[in-house]
Amino acid sequence: MIHFDVSPQLLALYIPLLGALLISLAGRWPNLRELVTLLTAGVLLYVVAGMAPAVLADGFWASFAKAPGLKLAEVLPGVWLELKVEPLGMLFALIASSLWILNSIYSIGYMRGNHEKNQTRFYVCFALAIASVMGLAFAGNLFTLFVFYEALTLTTYPLVAHKGSAEAIRSARTYLGILVVTSVCFLLAGIIGTYVFTGGDMTFRPGGVFRRALADGSLTAPTLGILFVLYMYGIGKAALMPVHRWLPAAMVAPTPVSALLHAVAVVKAGVFTVLKVIVYVFGPAVLVRYGVGDWLIYVAGATILIASCIALFQDNLKRRLAYSTVSQLSYVIIAAALLSPLSITAAALHIAAHAFGKITLFFAAGSIYTAAHKTEISQLDGIGRRMPITMAAFTIGSLSMIGLPPTAGFVSKWYLLQATWETDAPFVLVVVILSTLLNAAYFLPIVYRAFFVAEAKPHHEPHQSSADGNFGDHGDHHGHDAHDHGEAPWPVVVALSCTALATIVFFFYSDLAIGLANQLRSGLP
Amino acid sequence: MLDAFEIVPNLPVLVVTTPLIGGILTIAMGRGKGPWAWATLITGVVFYFTVLLMQQVLAAKTGFISYELGNWPRQWGIEYRVDALNAFILLTVAGVGFVTTLYAQKSVEKEIPQDRHNFFYAVWVLAICGLLGITVTGDAFNVYVLLEISSLTVYALIAMGKDMNRQALTASLRYLILGSVGASFILLGIGYLMMVTGTLNMEDMHDRLAALPDIVHHRTVLVAFAFLLCGLGLKMALFPLHMWLPKAYTYAPSAVSALLSATATKVGIYMAFRFLFTIFGVGFSFVAMPANLVLSVAACAGILVTGVTAVRQTNLKRMLAYSSVGQLGYIVAGFSLANVHGVAGSVVHIFNHAVMKGGMFMAAGAIMYRLGRCDLRSIRGLGKRMPLTMAAFVAGGLGLVGFPLTAGFISKWYLVQGALEAPHMWPVAAVVLVGSLLAVAYTWRVVEAAYFQEPEGESALVTEAPLSMVAPMWILIGASVYFGVSATFTGEISMRAAKSLLGGAP
Repeated sequence: MIHFDVSPQLLALYIPLLGALLISLAGRWPNLRELVTLLTAGVLLYVVAGMAPAVLADGFWASFAKAPGLKLAEVLPGVWLELKVEPLGMLFALIASSLWILNSIYSIGYMRGNHEKNQTRFYVCFALAIASVMGLAFAGNLFTLFVFYEALTLTTYPLVAHKGSAEAIRSARTYLGILVVTSVCFLLAGIIGTYVFTGGDMTFRPGGVFRRALADGSLTAPTLGILFVLYMYGIGKAALMPVHRWLPAAMVAPTPVSALLHAVAVVKAGVFTVLKVIVYVFGPAVLVRYGVGDWLIYVAGATILIASCIALFQDNLKRRLAYSTVSQLSYVIIAAALLSPLSITAAALHIAAHAFGKITLFFAAGSIYTAAHKTEISQLDGIGRRMPITMAAFTIGSLSMIGLPPTAGFVSKWYLLQATWETDAPFVLVVVILSTLLNAAYFLPIVYRAFFVAEAKPHHEPHQSSADGNFGDHGDHHGHDAHDHGEAPWPVVVALSCTALATIVFFFYSDLAIGLANQLRSGLP
Repeated sequence: MLDAFEIVPNLPVLVVTTPLIGGILTIAMGRGKGPWAWATLITGVVFYFTVLLMQQVLAAKTGFISYELGNWPRQWGIEYRVDALNAFILLTVAGVGFVTTLYAQKSVEKEIPQDRHNFFYAVWVLAICGLLGITVTGDAFNVYVLLEISSLTVYALIAMGKDMNRQALTASLRYLILGSVGASFILLGIGYLMMVTGTLNMEDMHDRLAALPDIVHHRTVLVAFAFLLCGLGLKMALFPLHMWLPKAYTYAPSAVSALLSATATKVGIYMAFRFLFTIFGVGFSFVAMPANLVLSVAACAGILVTGVTAVRQTNLKRMLAYSSVGQLGYIVAGFSLANVHGVAGSVVHIFNHAVMKGGMFMAAGAIMYRLGRCDLRSIRGLGKRMPLTMAAFVAGGLGLVGFPLTAGFISKWYLVQGALEAPHMWPVAAVVLVGSLLAVAYTWRVVEAAYFQEPEGESALVTEAPLSMVAPMWILIGASVYFGVSATFTGEISMRAAKSLLGGAP
């Protein structure tokens, strides 16, 4: 057996980077280029999955405290770029690397089906974004986390601006603007503040880094509170209101990118960072004791409800999904803000559960766009008969968002409700109930429309060219009537079937995710 | 007697005399590539000397090297004194000077008529000589003399841009007037200090000033301080005394813009270090006098105002020029904090900004070389036509923003840390962070134009700039990335420099 003396977390970082290089070299041969993408994604999943057993093993935390991180470079004297594996990051890396494969299959169908330009740049940036996610997931200290957090913003910018139209550039500007403003003004300020107050300690460890500074009085509760606010609003990717605007703006991007933003990487990076900061930088015990994080429950609760209400009134399908994401992200935040071991588990699980459901929904939206060039919900009458697989998948995704069995969303909601009772938080309970109703109210009508409302017949059947004008600027240049369509290209259908299936499988077999979430819980002091 | 002919013991003076003599000889190097090759040789040798000098300083037990010219004791003669601070700045100036000389060949061929190349490179090398001289000397009057050498040559260099755009002449004249005012102020300040202390040696000046009773009410010292502060403010283009800079950098030949942005104002800041910290001392400049308040308010206002102005520019070189004023604001804001991390951030940013901005001006120059202009309209779609040049520009821009793993991030880290550590100075931290957002705004206008807009007209046909331009550009940009990933060397040197600057304080 050949033994490579390379740590798997380093491989996980380098594989997508190498992939990006090879993709750019293979740019002239699209089939080879896509093959490279798929192979890279496969190898990455293999490597990442291979790391899971060690994290799940008994006595992991005992060795975690002793084991040194993998040091990559000393950036400033005493400040290292450092990787270290822990359960939460493991979970995030698993989600991202498994969904990358499906997303790549989908991208092939979508990008070719819609004749998008600059496809090589698209796949290169995608691989780079995944590399950033790997670095983020395995970051061993705050500094490293920040480095990859910013790298993720930068590498996804070209994806959001992909179309290059005035609207795409404007939206990408909003995307970059909000994310950079929050991360530079608040997150970086918070990190440097942490560095100053802890005397240079930025290493992630269960229980947090502030205990000594709090004990000897060099850090007071109000300052701790300011730091907490800086972190929570500095992590703009978690889309806590009012810094959520970038997410609907980014809808202009091609659908695989929306899937990347909403399910695989970006928003997940946001809530992952929130969770990581709460668990490993502040420590739930410290936050409970000083009470500086209580406001977060109310802000997250308000975000859940307001975003759901906004979603209710969106006719554009992707915008409705975007506001749904804003609301779902705050589920993770509200769960984390409850600060009980069980609620931390629920938060970690919801990161995973939401990923599968939301990627299915976006895949379905993109599938509809590719096959029928429809973007508005009001156009979807009867589309379930033309695209049964797509709409079936959409239904499964919707059920997961609502939190009904047998879907992934139920698992995390179960834990969240358990935590609500355990911590005696009636506000959260009310928010969850109201939000479930709202979720049903904005998802089920789409399903109903698709399957049970008859398709509207165009008034002037013989003059199709004039009727085509109703379907946006896409016209009929693909050589088929916009009304006469079936399912999207097969890679698209395959990908969305897989994610829909995964959403259901997660309900029956979520041992891995629950195992990692429990491992995280067991590490809490 | 023998050691007069050895290199290593005489490094401090060789750093100045080599380019001084070499620069004058450049005129005799004919009309072809001779002057450029000679200038490259001279600057290369000088760069090598500064590397050796840095090693020597790092090895020195006292932390500095003292060299007395002609073996005259420092009371009467001129002392060259090199410590971590000026060794680092010498290295920066000579290093960027050398790389810019490599770059200059093609750019100068295009922008300046052939028959003036020998004069151009002569003045070029002499300008570098003046800048290095200011940095190496420990004698206040010698600073003034070398300042005049560098200023006069820089005026000439800027005026050489007249064949591309006649405005270079007015830009040069404006700089000449304001620069001369600044230099006169500095001379007056030095004169008054000499009246009080009876010496021109910086260390002696400091000792004698410190010995003065009731220095805070000593009229002559106060007047000297005021004159020096104004004069230095003009020389280092501190907002609002920066008015000469944007036009000068915009209309100067591209290679000159790259050289000046990386070195000239930086040396102005070095002078401020010497006068404020070494001669007057922290206790006088920042505690007894409100220099920290004046400087940090001016610097913060400069960061914000010029940042906004830079966002509104369409000419790339002009945008970079305004950005430079803002970046100088960071440096000034850093040392006005007068604590270790603030000053270290200031010192490290002198280097970091030199490599980033030098590289970016080179990229703008490469666009000038291919297109004859460099405004936002003409660079549309250039990301595909000139990928290396545009990538360098963007990488430099990310550095200005201070994205992690670029050199700019290191500076920002130290500056914010310093601002948080100083009492009641957190607004400086806020301004530093907001300033980096302005940098995002102006960098992103270029990104959008170059990568997400379609080219029009002749821009669609251009090809990548020649290797002799792209390679030096990437040496500097590469350095900015390297010293962003691993800043232990630059960080430690700056910390050492900061400690020695502050350590002399009472």
